[in-house]
Amino acid sequence: MSILAFVEQRSGEFRKSAYEAVSEAKRLAQKLNTEAVALAIGHNIKSKASELARYGADRIIVADAEPFLNFVPDVYARLVVKAIHSTGATIILVPHTSLGRDLAPRVAEHLNAPMASDITSIDVIGTEVQIKRPVYAGKIRANVSFSTQPIVLSLRPKIFPSAELKGAGRLEELKADTDVFSGVKYIVRELKKIAGAKLDLTEADVIVSGGRGMKGPENYKILEELADLLGGVVGASRAAVDAGWRPHSDQVGQTGKTVSPTLYIACGISGAIQHLAGMSSSKVIVAINKDPEAPIFQVADYGIVGDLFEVVPALTKELKKYL
Amino acid sequence: MKIGVLIKRVPDTEARIRISDDSLTIDEKGIEFIINPYDEIALEYALQLKEKYGGEVVLICYGPTDAPTVIRKGLAMGADSAIHIEMKNMENEPAKSAKVLAPVIKEGNYDIIFCGKQAIDDDSCQTGSRLSVLLGLPCITEASKLEIDVEGKKVVAHKEIEGGVEVVEVSLPAIITAQKGLAEPRLPSLKGIMAAKKKPITTKSVSEPEPLSKVKKLEYPPTRPPGKKVGEGVDAVPKLVELLRNEAKVI
Repeated sequence: MSILAFVEQRSGEFRKSAYEAVSEAKRLAQKLNTEAVALAIGHNIKSKASELARYGADRIIVADAEPFLNFVPDVYARLVVKAIHSTGATIILVPHTSLGRDLAPRVAEHLNAPMASDITSIDVIGTEVQIKRPVYAGKIRANVSFSTQPIVLSLRPKIFPSAELKGAGRLEELKADTDVFSGVKYIVRELKKIAGAKLDLTEADVIVSGGRGMKGPENYKILEELADLLGGVVGASRAAVDAGWRPHSDQVGQTGKTVSPTLYIACGISGAIQHLAGMSSSKVIVAINKDPEAPIFQVADYGIVGDLFEVVPALTKELKKYL
Repeated sequence: MKIGVLIKRVPDTEARIRISDDSLTIDEKGIEFIINPYDEIALEYALQLKEKYGGEVVLICYGPTDAPTVIRKGLAMGADSAIHIEMKNMENEPAKSAKVLAPVIKEGNYDIIFCGKQAIDDDSCQTGSRLSVLLGLPCITEASKLEIDVEGKKVVAHKEIEGGVEVVEVSLPAIITAQKGLAEPRLPSLKGIMAAKKKPITTKSVSEPEPLSKVKKLEYPPTRPPGKKVGEGVDAVPKLVELLRNEAKVI
């Protein structure tokens, strides 16, 4: 028995969500009186992998080879399954990221195992595992239980804290035979970094979001200035994306991204139910809107009724005194 | 090309979702059901492929007895026919759905299979990847741009990942799950709506495997404590900053 955390890397760098998964694996392992195993797949990651002990890994299993650099779903899934078999893992934690959303269900299907996606909490009652996950884009929360083990869980980013927990950190290598490549018809041609790309919305601590009230794409500059100052990124409502002002990848809400930053500043966003669904798990919400009746004020911790074109630059200026 | 498109019946995005008295299901009264928006994007792309290369588009829907209402919308957009797999066990569980869908897809011998990257009801994002394993077909998830080489039986896709774009290639037949940006769904024309009434929907009754996970309880998320309006206009800004620093402690 053990709890296995999948450690996500891109281009040799561990993602934030990897540390979150390892720490949560350790917390569960402590409750269930077992070991936390971290599994890292990639290339030239061995030295980095030993750091995972600081986040609670008791065993660190590394599959390190040149063909493992990029995420090839079938290959990664087979490696994870191999590690599950060799460790007897009963709970497998994978971050709910672009990579994890493809990998985790594959692993589950290989094992004919249940999986719960995008979960926000895990409870262990005796030996029974019960999880909570938002459904209907957060309008409802489901409590889910499982009829068999192992269980595959994908963790919503930025919900499970990564913590300094001491793990034994025994490093070992996962021996991969060539059969992990057999019949694979999936080629990664290229990995393009978006020029000037900052953090992804789902990873950002601060999001400054603009909606219909922005009136046009050129006006997002004032949001970018505020976001830059706070080390955050700019998001958008569906109205702004549908109008072509911002790319789809910036959309927050039911048919966009679900985000949980520390600070969410909604500018000129009325607060349609599908938008609220995507951002109401933010820790602190600020709303700036000229309509005092806008529904966004019902979820905002702090609201300013006013013209965002005056308030946002004034806010940037005021914050500069402290940052 | 024979193109299969998986569609799911889901509540409209603007619907207010209420929990039933049993705390296990949602109250469907008064809710308008639509094709899952990501499936609709997938369907639109499939229709464009058919218009370019010829062939047929078959809808496959695993859903309750009233699912044909939503299936007709897909036929009105331009799909040629549909298969409705009747859902009797209403547990909305991805492992069960994949096992139900896989043999039906296999039977169809499709050149390419499309579905949405996730359904907006249970938000699981599992179907495409689970089917990939069950059917032994390559799968690209969350494709926002595609180039299909029909002669060479190849697909190149752009996938948005955190902070970048991944360009990947698979051979056909394959499963593709659609992300926003892949296509802009058309509105059905009047002619399309009339034609849809005559298009065939084959109903299939299959044995459903037991779900591996179960919803124990649905609940509303904790409500946020009522916020405060700090004030009006630029004058309220210093007060807001003070609150963010000293009360919320986020600056």
